[in-house]
Amino acid sequence: MTQTSLLRQDKRTAKRNRAEARFKAYGLIAIGVGLLMLVILLTTIISRGTGAFQQTYLSVDVTFEDSRLDKTGNRDIAEISRVSTFGYKPLLVDAFAQLVESGAVQSDLAPKDMADILSKGAEAQMRDAVLADLTLIGQTVRFDFLASGRVDGYLKGRVTRDSIVNDKNISAEQLDLVDELRDAGVLEKKFNIAFITGSDSSDARPEAAGFGVSMVGSLTMMLVVLILALPIGVAASIYLEEFAPKNWITDIIEVNISNLAAVPSIVFGILGLAVFINYMHLPNSAPLVGGLVLTLMTLPTIIISTRASLKSVPPSIRDAALGVGASKMQSVFHHVLPLAAPGILTGTIIGLAQALGETAPLLLIGMVGFIASNGPDSIDAALLSPNSAMPAQIYEWAKRADPAFYERAWGGIIILLVFLITMNFIAVMLRRRFERRW
Amino acid sequence: MAKKSKISAKNVQVYYADNHAIKDVNVEIEDNTVTAFIGPSGCGKSTFLRCINRMNDTIDICRVQGQILIDGEDIYDPAVDQVQLRAKVGMVFQKPNPFPKSIYDNVAYGPRIHGLARNKAELDEIVEKALRRGAIWEEVKDRLQAPGTGLSGGQQQRLCIARAIATEPEVLLMDEPCSALDPIATAQVEELIDELRQNYSVVIVTHSMQQAARVSQRTAFFHLGHLVEFGDTDKIFTTPEDPRTESYITGRIG
Repeated sequence: MTQTSLLRQDKRTAKRNRAEARFKAYGLIAIGVGLLMLVILLTTIISRGTGAFQQTYLSVDVTFEDSRLDKTGNRDIAEISRVSTFGYKPLLVDAFAQLVESGAVQSDLAPKDMADILSKGAEAQMRDAVLADLTLIGQTVRFDFLASGRVDGYLKGRVTRDSIVNDKNISAEQLDLVDELRDAGVLEKKFNIAFITGSDSSDARPEAAGFGVSMVGSLTMMLVVLILALPIGVAASIYLEEFAPKNWITDIIEVNISNLAAVPSIVFGILGLAVFINYMHLPNSAPLVGGLVLTLMTLPTIIISTRASLKSVPPSIRDAALGVGASKMQSVFHHVLPLAAPGILTGTIIGLAQALGETAPLLLIGMVGFIASNGPDSIDAALLSPNSAMPAQIYEWAKRADPAFYERAWGGIIILLVFLITMNFIAVMLRRRFERRW
Repeated sequence: MAKKSKISAKNVQVYYADNHAIKDVNVEIEDNTVTAFIGPSGCGKSTFLRCINRMNDTIDICRVQGQILIDGEDIYDPAVDQVQLRAKVGMVFQKPNPFPKSIYDNVAYGPRIHGLARNKAELDEIVEKALRRGAIWEEVKDRLQAPGTGLSGGQQQRLCIARAIATEPEVLLMDEPCSALDPIATAQVEELIDELRQNYSVVIVTHSMQQAARVSQRTAFFHLGHLVEFGDTDKIFTTPEDPRTESYITGRIG
């Protein structure tokens, strides 16, 4: 037998060390690929979505002439409200004519065509202002109007002079005007709070579409899920984990809870359609129904995580409580549940985050689609009137034809991700904060 | 000196599913006495101990037959409420298991749920008394609101003993209370057990024969589910009757 030295690796050791180094390299590559994908995902979302938070506005002085709005001059609101948005269009044309006359901009366009660079909602914006405050009539008021989606796209680089050759909605002359207005400092991109707070808009007005109402829809559903799924889930888990006898019935229940957690969400959607809408006749597209469906979907997640955190409470704590003469229920509620609470909350938040991002079941209960109404004004309305949800709104925008909506879909994704990341962050913090050692 | 019998077990059988863990055990445990259960691992001594306060009820597959009488009352009678029983028969476990709450709350928990104190002052008094009898008062009196889990192992175990005696039990069961402790903490706990004998009937399960010899007056030797021999500690360790007992205490089986 030859003398072996510890200073030299023998063949087997060298081979083993090489294998270990290789395995570590594979792990690093895997993590690297994962991180790269995350970076690509985030940069794509942010680069495409941030545009949605800015919108092009044009400041114009509008003179509300009596002759156009209140011919009799007696300021009768019933009479003035009879003037439709069409009646306000001439005011806008006048305003543009005034702009050219004052020498601020030069353009050969007819004032009527100039006014077309604004959003189709401009007239309604004026009319709402007048009806809210009749004293405006006769005065000159400065308005910040949304520019049309095409003009906004032009400022954001999405629309170019080449791309509008066949576009009936905007002409090269109008873009020239836009350039002049921008140089004059009356047309500019500004932060657009309406995107975060507003409601969806029709196909013709992508510039006015907002995410707010669908956010309310999502939050209402989350409220329903929280109120129903948390107590039901926790009660079911406590019973199964602490009280139920271990026999074939509880085995079957356990297996089926795990199965339910794996059921595709669209199945819950069709179940909701059949049970809540067709059988129980709850209203279509209502966040209440959406919340019920998502509750069904979230329950298994909550039950599984609650049971896991109950299991992780050491049995010695239960023994200690029983040993001093606590009843089973006292031992659970005084000792086990408080220790399991952080885990239960973490599981609940993660279940809610899952539900928040869920789209498929909403397709089937009609929560996807154009919801132009303003936000609900009462809790009843929030629960029962048709609404959308954040992921459904993103889906809705992504499938519309105008690329201006596409940008808003990405913007919506940013908001949704902010919600999800916040929720997961809270879950992690809770776990950190209340983690106990025995 | 004849003491009155506190616990009397008659033909006790325990089954874990099909496994016959305790076979026909008859034993009389006296008041104001420390009784030690010794025997090799898996001999059933802990199982039998847990029968005395019905902790085995928490295990689904466990069945108990026969009679265990405390003060002449059968604790397996259907009319007996386990919770009342456990208030009367306290237990200290192998691993110190304080609640992850303050030292004060650990001790006060039992009296609170049993309504032993009418007001805060009474509760304070009970807690102090229990901690004093648990021989830990001097060490913790200045930090009663500190978490019980922050104490050392030996202090935790004495805290658990204080917690067990705070509910004024009549019998104290101890399941290898020193197995997780160092020799100094063990000595403190053993001293405490000897003092507790004044007021309670103490039953202790132990793996250490020296400990059994030091703290107990009566010793029961279990082997393979049978109670092999039961008698005065001195006699068991000096002149055992059964050859199995002798083999065990001299280290040949176990």
